[in-house]
Amino acid sequence: MSRDERNQERREESWDTGEDRVGEQDDYRVVGKNERRVDALKLALGRGTYTDDLALEGTLHLKLLWSPHAHAHIVSIDTSAAERVPGVVLILHHGNVPRIPYTTAGQGHPEPSPYDQFVFPRKVRFVGDRVACVAAETERAAARAVQLIDVEYELLEPVFDPRRAIEPGAPVIHDEPEAAGLPDYDKKRNIAAQMNVTHGDIDAELDRADLVLERSYEVPYQHHACLEPHVALTWLDEDHRLVVRVATQVPFHSRRILARILRIPLRRIRVVKPRIGGGFGAKQEILLEDLPALVTLRTGRPARLMLSRSEEIVSSRTRHPQLLRWKSAVTKEGRILAQELDVLANTGAYGAHALTVQTCTAGKTLPLYRANAYRFLMKTVYTNLPVAGAFRGYGGPQGFVALECHMDELAEKLGIDPLEFRRMNVIGPGHDNALAQALGEGKEGPPQKIRSCEVLECIERGQEAIGWDRRASLDRSGVVKRGIGMSCLMHGSGIPGVDMGSARVKLNEDGSFNLHVGATDIGTGSDTILSQIAAETLCVALDKVVIYSSDTDHTPFDTGAYASSTTFISGMAVKKSCLGVVRQLIEAAAEMWRSRGEPVSTDELWVEQGNVRRPEGSPLSFSDICLSTFYTHDQHQIMDHGSHMSFECPPPFSADFAEVEVDTETGAVRVLKYVAAVDCGVAIHPASAEGQTEGGAGMSMGYALSEHFVFDDTGRVLNDTFRDYKQFTALDMPHFETILIRSFEPAGPFGAKSVSEIPTDGPGPTIANAVANAIGIRFRELPLTPEKIRRAWIDHRTNVEELVK
Amino acid sequence: MKIELRVNDRDVSWDCEPHEFLTEVLRRNGLTGTKRGCESGDCGACAVMLDGREAPSCIVLAAQAAGHEITTIESIGSFEAPHAIQEAFVDRTAIQCGYCTPGMVIAAKALIDRNPAPSEREVRRHLAGHVCRCTGHVKPVAAVLEAARGMEGES
Ligand code: FES
Ligand code: FES
Repeated sequence: MSRDERNQERREESWDTGEDRVGEQDDYRVVGKNERRVDALKLALGRGTYTDDLALEGTLHLKLLWSPHAHAHIVSIDTSAAERVPGVVLILHHGNVPRIPYTTAGQGHPEPSPYDQFVFPRKVRFVGDRVACVAAETERAAARAVQLIDVEYELLEPVFDPRRAIEPGAPVIHDEPEAAGLPDYDKKRNIAAQMNVTHGDIDAELDRADLVLERSYEVPYQHHACLEPHVALTWLDEDHRLVVRVATQVPFHSRRILARILRIPLRRIRVVKPRIGGGFGAKQEILLEDLPALVTLRTGRPARLMLSRSEEIVSSRTRHPQLLRWKSAVTKEGRILAQELDVLANTGAYGAHALTVQTCTAGKTLPLYRANAYRFLMKTVYTNLPVAGAFRGYGGPQGFVALECHMDELAEKLGIDPLEFRRMNVIGPGHDNALAQALGEGKEGPPQKIRSCEVLECIERGQEAIGWDRRASLDRSGVVKRGIGMSCLMHGSGIPGVDMGSARVKLNEDGSFNLHVGATDIGTGSDTILSQIAAETLCVALDKVVIYSSDTDHTPFDTGAYASSTTFISGMAVKKSCLGVVRQLIEAAAEMWRSRGEPVSTDELWVEQGNVRRPEGSPLSFSDICLSTFYTHDQHQIMDHGSHMSFECPPPFSADFAEVEVDTETGAVRVLKYVAAVDCGVAIHPASAEGQTEGGAGMSMGYALSEHFVFDDTGRVLNDTFRDYKQFTALDMPHFETILIRSFEPAGPFGAKSVSEIPTDGPGPTIANAVANAIGIRFRELPLTPEKIRRAWIDHRTNVEELVK
Repeated sequence: MKIELRVNDRDVSWDCEPHEFLTEVLRRNGLTGTKRGCESGDCGACAVMLDGREAPSCIVLAAQAAGHEITTIESIGSFEAPHAIQEAFVDRTAIQCGYCTPGMVIAAKALIDRNPAPSEREVRRHLAGHVCRCTGHVKPVAAVLEAARGMEGES
């Protein structure tokens, strides 16, 4: 038996039996190697074609009129002056488009988000809500016409504070009769989603604890800042079908939702995802393609809409701000007995992902440490502020700020080293995820048992890399003080029982393969990773795989690029399709040999480096087999397809460490070094896994220190440009060390788990803990701006001086 | 109005409106490698070289570019012969979505042309005006340093 054959068999088994096979990744030829990413060169050359890089003759350009008021009825819209602007072709508003309730959340059907939006509302609900849309021959004409639309508003009292929004007598934001949600939806109280889950006897555990600690935390709005703004181009093809070329993470959800709100048959729509300039959840939303689609359907002409950066910041989607209360019960030896999390989340004017982001806040955090009992209370509340939605991390970055700051606070109270305290309580292989069932995707979820888990190794290696032992002896005598902090993290891989991906593979005459996947590469590298999985399974070099992804006409279905699912779910679909092709290749080869009077049994055959081999005699190349099956003998196309859904959701784990410098005179924090030790199973493309880690952590360093929305008292965002909305730049980024810790996840393709979201969970708490270590002040509210730190330092000093007196 | 300028080593005469910015006009003439991320000079996605120096084309009026020499990403390297900077971005996996990449490559070229052996600090400072939401800047900085080292060896 050749090595490859044995591999092949073992590979087949590994997804059939789910047996653990640690260490076998050394046998892989393509998986686990830093291959050239399949799209890298064209992108380096500037030849990638993004949505807006296609120009069509006769395209109409769209511009929107956005609400200047946080809460108001639209009494009337007068478009007559706007219509007289030369070049204006069509103006859409609530008076001339159908009123169909829907959610922009690009989730599986039926979406667990409330149907509380219309293409155009009659009542605007935040500064930046849609009012009208002009289609004109040029962008400039459209922009001029927008300014000439005369709207009469009847102003309503707005509500900006989520605590106030649920008080009796607060203005009701969704009073329209059509708005509907899951059974707990309570629009009269501005509640878009709520949940109340208890596991175990929490009150008894609180009673017998030596220490009960309760603390509140607050996290802000965050802008996704995909460098490519939302953009869509639509046209009618020669068959009079609507083609939608859109920067999306969810082409299939986009097609389904568009068919409903445009009231045309789904089969008349083709959604194409070209190259995407980043998504991060912002593009898991049917945010704008409805408008050019409507214009194209009404005028027969191509139509294009691209948001400006300021529109992108204000009117696309954001990370849910949350108020979190964390309560825990521990023994004096440091064993956690019970954990309780109470979340009040602000979804802004509409409830996209209102339930599920918040269930993930609990689902990713609460189970990380073993306890006898858990409680999770949650309300997601409407306010007259920008709309929240899916955002890389999906509730995790918020929840881990509370959990991991809380863990440090507990450790301090107990007098235990925070690292040791985590090590004592963290879950490990064989443990159940106690809350998995209660926190499903809008329904009961499948039970989860942890299999691959190297979190202790992550802690160990991260600790060495940062030099945790220096923590007590760092220099804190001067104005600039140093500190080290850490956190432990877990995330998920796909939505169990919900996410499904599929693939199709076919053989070509030169022994190459076309791989068609519904999966959506938005910059993560999934086209490369899925090609690697195919190449590994087919035993060919990576350049023999030609991938084409996400086109609702030409690729099979995939739920989309979200929930850290692509490698884990779509990767397995690719593997299954390729295994089918391997079987067919072997059968075809056997048939060819039989026809030449050299009978062989298929059991004796195996594939190796682009050939089907037999124990004796020359092999048959894939190319020869294809030529034969196309043109001469037993004619057929060798191809197969596969789908994959998983009831398992194996969590990746991470231990993050940061060393910071805090200038007590200016309040500025500089991150000197950041270490992320990540267990993502087998990394299919290690450099991409590192890249995900660095990029995910980078965006959350901004979340920790500088990114937030500044509002005036009318609810308008004041920092709506890249100049005023501060992200981490190349100068701010610390020395970064990613340590990939190998484990083997039996449910994933070649042992892989996810890696894309977990890095966003870490920097918030890790940096807050490092700052607390540096200056002895605990911050429970992000971002840690210089103003906040300086003010706290002055108060702290005054208190210390008073104590000394 | 008509403007005469030199783009990627070719003299061109292009139509434009007086209010139009260079990004717009380049893209309309097929040079779509130059991207738009903010249109306010704050992200670097639209960077081109104007007389050999990096410039954000979204805040340069097309009319201002008349008589000048513009280099866009399209003339830096080809599929057959990528520029050393592009090679380094590919080899270092410094490209994720790639939307920032043309601007970064232009920036790196403008830097290395004037300073063939930049320090890490200098590279970071030079790229600081370039937003990249995907990579956390770690690998792009490494790629530019590697490219500079490699090019020094060549010359
Ligand atoms: S688009 Fe020119 S700097 Fe951002
Ligand atoms: S690679 Fe996506 S913005 Fe840089």
